[in-house]
Amino acid sequence: MNESIVAEIRKDYMYDLAKRGERVDGRALDQYRDISVETGEISRAEGSARVQIGNTQVLVGVKIQPGEPFPDTPDKGVIITNAELVPLASPTFESGPPREGAIELARVVDRGIRESGALDLTNLCIEEGVKVWMVFIDMHVLDHDGNLIDAAALGAIAALSNAKLPNERYDMGKDGQLPVADLPVAVTVVEMGGKLLLDPGLEEEQITPAKLTIIFNKDGSISGMQKSGTGMLTSEQIYQAIEMASNKAKEIRKKFLERKG
Amino acid sequence: MKDKPEKLIVKGKRLDGRKMDELRPIKIEVGVLKRADGSCYLELGENKIMAAVYGPREVHPRHLQEATRAIVRYRYNMASFSVEERKRPGPDRRSVEISKVSRDAIKPVIIKECFPKAAVDIFVEVLQADAGTRTAGINAASIALADAGIPMKGLVSSCAVGKIDGHIALDPMKDEDNYGEADMPIAMVVPDRITLLQMDGHFTQDEFKQAFELAKKGCEQIYEMQRQALIAKYGVEGKQ
Repeated sequence: MNESIVAEIRKDYMYDLAKRGERVDGRALDQYRDISVETGEISRAEGSARVQIGNTQVLVGVKIQPGEPFPDTPDKGVIITNAELVPLASPTFESGPPREGAIELARVVDRGIRESGALDLTNLCIEEGVKVWMVFIDMHVLDHDGNLIDAAALGAIAALSNAKLPNERYDMGKDGQLPVADLPVAVTVVEMGGKLLLDPGLEEEQITPAKLTIIFNKDGSISGMQKSGTGMLTSEQIYQAIEMASNKAKEIRKKFLERKG
Repeated sequence: MKDKPEKLIVKGKRLDGRKMDELRPIKIEVGVLKRADGSCYLELGENKIMAAVYGPREVHPRHLQEATRAIVRYRYNMASFSVEERKRPGPDRRSVEISKVSRDAIKPVIIKECFPKAAVDIFVEVLQADAGTRTAGINAASIALADAGIPMKGLVSSCAVGKIDGHIALDPMKDEDNYGEADMPIAMVVPDRITLLQMDGHFTQDEFKQAFELAKKGCEQIYEMQRQALIAKYGVEGKQ
């Protein structure tokens, strides 16, 4: 992913701003952009969610269908997570098979869903060794204005939370709700000139060398982390990032995921 | 896959007799390949890793060149016979991600401005795997870069920490990784510049802190071994 180049002057300007506690778009360092989550937009999908973080837009669709379990986990359902950085979302995205950016995105989101235990896979077994539910989480990036990971992760858990088990289509009784046990939320922080910024916009993401995503469970524990980019972070910065992100994750979960519960 | 051992910790010791804060034995050989500009063979317990560096050399394809500095490429690859169940040769999603985060971990120490328009290529081959291959790969790659004479700001040292049967343990081996509750590889330029941090599983925030501090200690030990291996090869006691 060869992102467009932000002029050096602009970069200096943004670093100077950060030192004074300001950002190009007028946000405070610990201020997230506006978030919106709409679920159920795609009726063909068993679950779906469109997430917007500022101008960033990701549409996540969940398809659920019966399939064969993996031989080493005959009594467990299957989660398959995929992300597509389609060319309509950015001048720098190209068509073709997923590259490392898309693969990293999908794998980080997958880790959060899997390790938080959001889906109890033994619940998704239909007949041991023969038939289990396969849950496909497909993340379609529509507009890339920075911080795709948080948007995709929020979309994934929101789409799962409103997903149906399509029993009727396969003659297995009435449709049910897909049981979701935890609500992992990913929050990303970047480091700029010694300061930490929450929810990087596209320009910020391009000029900052180090980015840290932390995925929190309901109880505040951590189910996944990923440092990305070629920068270095000190331990102090990492601890600070966790504290910053932890509060935000709670807020996001409360506002966008728990309202129905 | 084998069944889960009943206990991963018996009387405060792990299945291979290690203490909770103990690394597996590490063996390092510097400059083991003739054709590569720099190379390193590294064993971490049962892991056997070969790393090679080519470069600085011309960039192909040309359009990848950067006018003011070298580009750095990193390929992590597992041999098909390195794991119990044969792995289909070639890159899969896991190795693509590992290549990316490993490159992110190594790149910050390379002084790329020394070689405009050139490429530094790092190849890591996992010959035998037993959990912790990405960390072992980064350790070997870092030494191979030094062996190739690439100017660097420091060595990158890497190790993982896990949670097994509820306890934080340094450098998990395969069974501990498979049946453990969390795994967190980190890489660090000693002292305290973190260049890789990944985690999956379950940590409370306190456990994270404990695990992170332990992993840093592990990196410090590995750094010392990397340094000794280079001194042994080149016979010069460098100044710290």
